[in-house]
Amino acid sequence: MAFLQDPTLIVEWLRQLLLGWGLSPALTSLALYVLGALALATGPLLWVIFLIWFERKAVARIQDRLGPNRVGKYGLLQPFADVLKLLTKEDIIPAKADKFLYWMAPILSLAGVLLLWPAVPLGKGIGGNVNVAVLYLVAVGTLSTFAILVAGWSANNKYALLGAFRTVAQMISYEVPIVLALLVPVLLARSMNLQDIVAAQDVWFVVAAPLPALIFFIASIAEVGRTPFDLLEAESEIIAGFHIEYSGMKFAMFFAGEFLHAFTVGVLGAVLFFGGWRGPGAEAYPILGLFYLWLKAFLLYFVIVWVRGTFPRVRIDHLLDFTWKFLTPLALVVLMATAVLDKALVRAGAWPRALGLLVVNAVIWLLAQRWLRKVEKRLEPPMVAQPGQYPVARYTPPEPQAAEGD
Amino acid sequence: MVTTFVFLLTAVVMLVAALIAVLKDNLVHAAMGLVVTLFGTAVLFVLMEAYFLAVAQVVIYVGAIAILIVFSIMLTRRVGAAWGAQTNPTWPFALLVAGLLTVLVTRMVRAWAPDQVLPAAAAVPADMTARLGAALVDPNGYVVPFEVASVLLLAALIGAVYVAWGGRKAEKETHK
Amino acid sequence: MDSTWVFIGVFFALAPLLAAAPIVIGHYLGPSKPNPIKNDVYECGLKTVGDAWVRFKVQYYLFALVFLIFDVELVFLYPWAVAYDMLPTFAVLEGLLFIVMLLAALMYAWKREALDWYD
Repeated sequence: MAFLQDPTLIVEWLRQLLLGWGLSPALTSLALYVLGALALATGPLLWVIFLIWFERKAVARIQDRLGPNRVGKYGLLQPFADVLKLLTKEDIIPAKADKFLYWMAPILSLAGVLLLWPAVPLGKGIGGNVNVAVLYLVAVGTLSTFAILVAGWSANNKYALLGAFRTVAQMISYEVPIVLALLVPVLLARSMNLQDIVAAQDVWFVVAAPLPALIFFIASIAEVGRTPFDLLEAESEIIAGFHIEYSGMKFAMFFAGEFLHAFTVGVLGAVLFFGGWRGPGAEAYPILGLFYLWLKAFLLYFVIVWVRGTFPRVRIDHLLDFTWKFLTPLALVVLMATAVLDKALVRAGAWPRALGLLVVNAVIWLLAQRWLRKVEKRLEPPMVAQPGQYPVARYTPPEPQAAEGD
Repeated sequence: MVTTFVFLLTAVVMLVAALIAVLKDNLVHAAMGLVVTLFGTAVLFVLMEAYFLAVAQVVIYVGAIAILIVFSIMLTRRVGAAWGAQTNPTWPFALLVAGLLTVLVTRMVRAWAPDQVLPAAAAVPADMTARLGAALVDPNGYVVPFEVASVLLLAALIGAVYVAWGGRKAEKETHK
Repeated sequence: MDSTWVFIGVFFALAPLLAAAPIVIGHYLGPSKPNPIKNDVYECGLKTVGDAWVRFKVQYYLFALVFLIFDVELVFLYPWAVAYDMLPTFAVLEGLLFIVMLLAALMYAWKREALDWYD
């Protein structure tokens, strides 16, 4: 059971095994890399199947219905049935579609989400150790954005193209608050390496920087394209947006990519703000660290699903106003305040620093709320009272102009 | 050895993509070729252990500039419409100049190497990004270019918004 | 070469293959009976008129532009944040000045209504 304490022993055992079969050391290393990559890529893909079931059940319960419950006990086999159905669908390629780009887009989209995983630390010294991990995450995120643009263009469909443009506009607009909010854990941990960020979280960063955590969370939900920000893929709005012309397994790849991206957002939120794999006993037994990370990520994913089932959709101009005129200035102000306070409190212990930053975050949040109230007051229609009734916010149209020649 | 192989592979892919970007009639395919070239540059940065530059390259070039270019292409073209020829009648002359430049650069590089002793490539320190950051704000370092860059970006934004949005009043009237 | 990046390189080559595998399986597993109606462009059941063409709306371009400016500024800020320990207090002010310029750029774009979405 020694490998429970030190998983690298498994790697060593595999290496000895492969060397024993007569492979050269270089080839052994390559084979180990390939095996590791396969494991890291297949794990999330298989997990997505469970996530789809969980989401359908959870959203159904929030909407006071049952969700899938026929296929297998509690509907657990439903996603497998879905996969089988999608696998056997006919592969329709629209006329005059750009074949190469049409095929490439779902692959690029899913690969863009899978490529986020090598940077994630799964335990002490295990998993990702990329020294520019935070910017690497942003860089890989842009691949998914590109895939959407390619998907919309290659389908030769006006609505797909329009949906793709709007989706990309939404995604790049929400990328600015994300990158700004990610700057705060980097500042607090003095490193872009996710391993270092986890190691620096004696106090979880969500205590020291709740506002950046909130901004990251909200902006990531919008970046992934989930409700309440899914105007551009909703059935009742623009049919299916940029993936109108996709069917069968290609659509399934987009779909799975979206769910996996949402879960990856949960994983990243857990790593950056909730201490990652840290927890009681995680240093001694890395498998426990992995379990803690998975648990925190799953809880964050549950919150994402909860948000999906609860909030109505946001209109596109409100969506873009929200990011450019609220989230970005808020993130900038919080960044400045954190930078100043962190330098001032650098010699204090972990907890005083965290609490000081928490107070600053709370002050900024309260000021932001007051400013929002003022903006709302300016924008809301006046309360109009009919005689004998409660005042109702009623939009009064402007007085009709006197007709010509009246 | 692996580094050399990856470098050669990347170089070949980049060259092919650059040729696609320059020669292909279909502008969207050309833009994709450009994206692959930019990506290849990032791979070259990784091979030289300049990891921060590699991710910065992807974030800025592929993530922002390529999207800007593709937006402008897709917004001004129809799908499947004739793109028009990408070359014009002076292309033999251009090929001649390019060939001469290649020969010139190759001869310069080959005349250089045997005489000089190239300094051994210093090992990239582990905290490269931190040192870059410290140098950026060091008063004896690059603080003036750092601040001037921010002013430059502000000026770029003002100019771009003015140029692109100059017809603002007309747009407002038609859309209100 | 850092082993993490070798791993990322291998992953980079492998992930598209893994993503493409189900699609290829689906392509061969499903029937193949194309006909012009099925392959037609989807427009809620109506016939399309003209090629796929989106009217040029300058808002898309403006959003991409503002995003580009902010992206470049943020990439400058990351080394500053990483080097925070080594920096004297003066450097904090320099970084703050940089961020204030960013805010000024945002305010300009806001006031000029470049961030609005007219439809």
